[in-house]
Amino acid sequence: MPVPRVNPEIASALALLAVLCIAPFIVSEYRVGVLIIFFINVILVSSYRVVTTTGDWTLSHVIFLGVGAYATAIMAKNFGWPFWLTLPISGVATAAVAMMVAFPLLRTKGFGFFIGSFAIGEFIRHVWIKFHDPFGGPRGMISIPTVEIGEIDFYDSINFYFLTMIIMVVALGVIYRLDKSRIGNAWKTIYLDEDLAESIGIHVFHYRATAFAVAAFFAGIAGAMFAHLNGAIDPHNFEVDTMVYLVIWIVVGGNATFWGPIAGVSVMSFIFELSRPLAEWRPLLFGVILIIFLTVLPGGLEMIYEKVRSRFFGSRAGAG
Amino acid sequence: MDWGTIVQSLANAVVLGSIYAMVAVGLALAFGVMQMANFAHGEFFMLGAYVVYVLYALGGMPFPVAVIMAFPIVAAFGLATERLIFRPTRGNVLAGFMATAGAAFVLQVLVGQMWGVGLMRSVPTPYMGATDIAGAHISWQRLIIVPAMVVMVGGLRFFLHRVRLGKALRACAQDAEAARLQGINLNRITAVAMIISGGFAGVAGALMAPIAPVTPYMGHTFAITAFIVVIVGGMASIEGALLASFLLGFIHTFVTTYFDNVIATMVGVLFMAIVLIVKPSGLLGRARA
Repeated sequence: MPVPRVNPEIASALALLAVLCIAPFIVSEYRVGVLIIFFINVILVSSYRVVTTTGDWTLSHVIFLGVGAYATAIMAKNFGWPFWLTLPISGVATAAVAMMVAFPLLRTKGFGFFIGSFAIGEFIRHVWIKFHDPFGGPRGMISIPTVEIGEIDFYDSINFYFLTMIIMVVALGVIYRLDKSRIGNAWKTIYLDEDLAESIGIHVFHYRATAFAVAAFFAGIAGAMFAHLNGAIDPHNFEVDTMVYLVIWIVVGGNATFWGPIAGVSVMSFIFELSRPLAEWRPLLFGVILIIFLTVLPGGLEMIYEKVRSRFFGSRAGAG
Repeated sequence: MDWGTIVQSLANAVVLGSIYAMVAVGLALAFGVMQMANFAHGEFFMLGAYVVYVLYALGGMPFPVAVIMAFPIVAAFGLATERLIFRPTRGNVLAGFMATAGAAFVLQVLVGQMWGVGLMRSVPTPYMGATDIAGAHISWQRLIIVPAMVVMVGGLRFFLHRVRLGKALRACAQDAEAARLQGINLNRITAVAMIISGGFAGVAGALMAPIAPVTPYMGHTFAITAFIVVIVGGMASIEGALLASFLLGFIHTFVTTYFDNVIATMVGVLFMAIVLIVKPSGLLGRARA
């Protein structure tokens, strides 16, 4: 097909983005807050997908959200560093922590990796609980300063909304490019067949470590925004329950394409808000949804979409 | 570090190791057969504690009867998990594991809604008093855990090595495909494995009910420890799980005595990380093909 045309995926994403630019001026203050959390969750789930493309379903991903949040909190509160400096440092620090734990962890794969990452995550969480200085112990850290860049005060939720949205768009752009690049293809090859990947010259350990670190970097960025949004963090924020919610988003959406996890987090955030009156029953609802998707609808919304589309429009030829 | 403290810590470590063993052996057994990794294992433990709370503390049944009842009741949950989750996700370890994480949420909410979330349920101690063994002071309530563990693990060994069904279960653990060619019904074996696994976790929780705070979320820490035990011991190995239970029981008790329990948890996890680096298949694990 030589006719140059706009990628329909990107076109729909841009249209959606235009809606999101108008949204904060129409909806209530509360909804703006919900959307900010949603943006952070989109960064988190998209970064999680990066590491799952190699088949490594880590259980330490919300711990990396926490590493970024703690890094930001310490730099902003204790050192008074500006946001444009703390944000990238938080990402890099989280990636550095990920590289350190990747060394023992990547010797395992499959289920051993899953549990190993879980346990190492718990180790990091216990470091926060144990050391009052600088992490604040079991109560965590409070009064994390709000973001200020030059004259703009991001205490104002609409300003913070646009800041988070821009960061999300940049993060998603990088992750999208990576996914379509040689590196992204190498990750998917490792998932398909590790031995085969090794035999055609893909350094499996190197690429798994890269995926792990890249995912951690963006989780750290999400964590930085999380810390500034809430103004307070504690070790409970990053417990395994939170991790299960993250797993639910990606299981519901599917992880075969870039858009799957984003669809998953969108639908589940919607259900999360709808179920607010039944808050104490919410884990049951989400647990049942998780079980149904894993046992009856593997592949998630992506797979459903694909089936519906191929049924009505025939299968796609030459899909990129 | 005086002699009395060492003896006392040793005794505590044996009790703790026995609890770990009861929880971890069931987990290792289920994992050994068709790689069923049960995230809700800690919740089965919690259900066992609630069986004792309901039957003994509320219902007034004798404590031993309540403990024994925990086996079939929680085993039924094990069987349901096998049917509803592990059978549809067979061949995909992670899917089964994550779906049982959903099951853990479901069980926590149901128990919390039925018997309350906030305050912990108090279960009166059925066996008051304590005894002295070689200078170590230990309450009867904790001491009975050790013979209970020996009886249960002994029973399991007898079942696996002497009973036809148990032998079939071991055959499946070795090579499921070959076992099926011998005419062994895989569905039946996975069901049996989950019944035993659930029952063991239930009895362990039942025995812990008078000692540990009974809440819908009590299973969490035990599940994490049980998974660490199973990894250190070598995933599917019951002997490995036993060895690792006592090793981690000793490490946890001694570090708690000389430092505190947060550091003890961290040391336990570090120990696991070292085992993963040095021998990824675990202490007594076989290398997988």
